[in-house]
Amino acid sequence: MDKMESVLAFQRKAMQVHSQRQQLIASNIANADTPHYKAKDLDFRAALAAVGQRGAGVAGSPLKRTHAAHLAGNRAEADPLAPFTGYRTEVQSAVDGNTVDMDQERAAFAETTLYYEASLNFINRLLRGMRTAITGQ
Amino acid sequence: MSLLNIFGVAGSALTAQSVRLNTTASNLANVESVVDEKGQPYRGKQVVFQVKPVQGEMAKGVRVKEIVESAAPFRLVYDPHNPAADEKGYVRMPNVNVVEEMVNMISASRSYQNNVEVLNTARDLLKKTLSLGQ
Repeated sequence: MDKMESVLAFQRKAMQVHSQRQQLIASNIANADTPHYKAKDLDFRAALAAVGQRGAGVAGSPLKRTHAAHLAGNRAEADPLAPFTGYRTEVQSAVDGNTVDMDQERAAFAETTLYYEASLNFINRLLRGMRTAITGQ
Repeated sequence: MSLLNIFGVAGSALTAQSVRLNTTASNLANVESVVDEKGQPYRGKQVVFQVKPVQGEMAKGVRVKEIVESAAPFRLVYDPHNPAADEKGYVRMPNVNVVEEMVNMISASRSYQNNVEVLNTARDLLKKTLSLGQ
């Protein structure tokens, strides 16, 4: 059971990081025509390592504030993967200062989609294997 | 769930691009409008995009910051029989550049399509996540 949990936890963390990266790339695509917008991406290796160290459920679950007078806390805490983002290197410069390269973004988006689906598949196969083992069919 | 933010991001881009498409349509429609509601020839309009925060540091959408009027000089067309002509027979026509507007239209529609695709992909991934383990 411990082994299953560790596989599940790892895939869940990978999915968390992938969905954060997906969000970043979607922002780049949305801002492809915004002047002075700088395209960003996520350092996947560092982000995954950080999510793995901090334990389960850290990303996407900031401190809950139940009273208006409660302090908001650290900004980095609300967005734990923000320190691992960086600006993309410019491929072709544009006059308006925008650094989004649509080909690159589309490729990155497709790549992230594939990895996310791979994680989903791993979890599904694991669960199916377990069900087969339980029912003995 | 950060995939849900993609709906906000891509949705804002769809709105912004459709506003851009609207201004292009209005410019193209008024390319011959010699008199507007202020008695002047129509001036071409352009949208200015700005980053719009959706959630946190990662999800950034886009919005139309303002719509500016083109400061380009009016086209002068020699047409002495036109009631709007000046004493030398020239008519001031709108400063809309049709070629520029067509390029703008293609660019806006491509950007719109890109964002629709992003939206569809995010929806598919969420659907697959929902049916996990079934």
